[in-house]
Amino acid sequence: MSLLAAVRPDSWNFPLFLHVLGAMILVGGLVTGASALAFARGEARLLRLGYWSLLAVSLPGWVLMRIGAQWIYSKEGWDDVPDKFRPGWLDIGVIIGDLGGLILLVSLVAGGVGVYRLREGKGPGLLRVTLVLSLVLLAAYVVAVWAMAGKPD
Amino acid sequence: MTLDDWILALHVLSAFAYVAGIVLFWVLVVAVRQADTPEGTIRLEPVVKVGNAAVGLGAGGTIVLGIWLAFSVGGYDIWDGWIIAAIVLWLISAEIGRRTGAAYRLGMTKAQELQTAGQTGPSAELLAHNRTSTGVLLHTLTSVVVLLILIDMIWKPGA
Repeated sequence: MSLLAAVRPDSWNFPLFLHVLGAMILVGGLVTGASALAFARGEARLLRLGYWSLLAVSLPGWVLMRIGAQWIYSKEGWDDVPDKFRPGWLDIGVIIGDLGGLILLVSLVAGGVGVYRLREGKGPGLLRVTLVLSLVLLAAYVVAVWAMAGKPD
Repeated sequence: MTLDDWILALHVLSAFAYVAGIVLFWVLVVAVRQADTPEGTIRLEPVVKVGNAAVGLGAGGTIVLGIWLAFSVGGYDIWDGWIIAAIVLWLISAEIGRRTGAAYRLGMTKAQELQTAGQTGPSAELLAHNRTSTGVLLHTLTSVVVLLILIDMIWKPGA
């Protein structure tokens, strides 16, 4: 671990910083969005706050995380390594990162329709879907952070 | 995974919780600026509690597990410049964060007083508390300090 830190070239630090910062913003947006949606109990203002937290915080965070991930992936030379030699922690991060982005998009579409229906005076059913997906994403990203940081064999 | 690997993973997860709490409070800083009624302010309290839990667990986890790692992992020492810098920055962020909480607590307290008194309509005084410029400044400073900790942790100057 210390050896890895010692040999990491300086040029890797900035992409890693972007990756981690983006992931932190993504998780922060998910915690905020899920909390607001969970405690809204049908109140429109808090439901909208939850949705906008996901849209305006989590989504940019995911984009930043993904850009940083691709950059550091390329810097570390993983592009040239055959899949079977890639470590498990890297696969966990890549799969959860990409699949998580897709689930985030689905939750945003569902939430967007939910917010529109709310404006029309209809129920917040679709925003409950967004809440459930946010909680699933949050759990998945906790696993991803654990894997990327602890680097299990 | 060794014990140190687990501690490192939990240390990083704690850092994520800390930053998640700060991000959550940024959303609330923006949201509460529109809240001029007691109900609109008090309704945010459960979300505030989630933020407090995230910051508390995150801040506690980062410092305790970070110090563990400084003693346990070969090649690092507690007196390394970048580790001392991180501890000092952590202490600064904790104190500024405490003051930020106090600045925003005034609005919540005012909202509870108004509600107890049966005043449910808009209040200019409540809005002024909720739009505290001191709170915004302090939260900006907390965020900058935590960002500096992250930079310190990644670049590890002098390591």
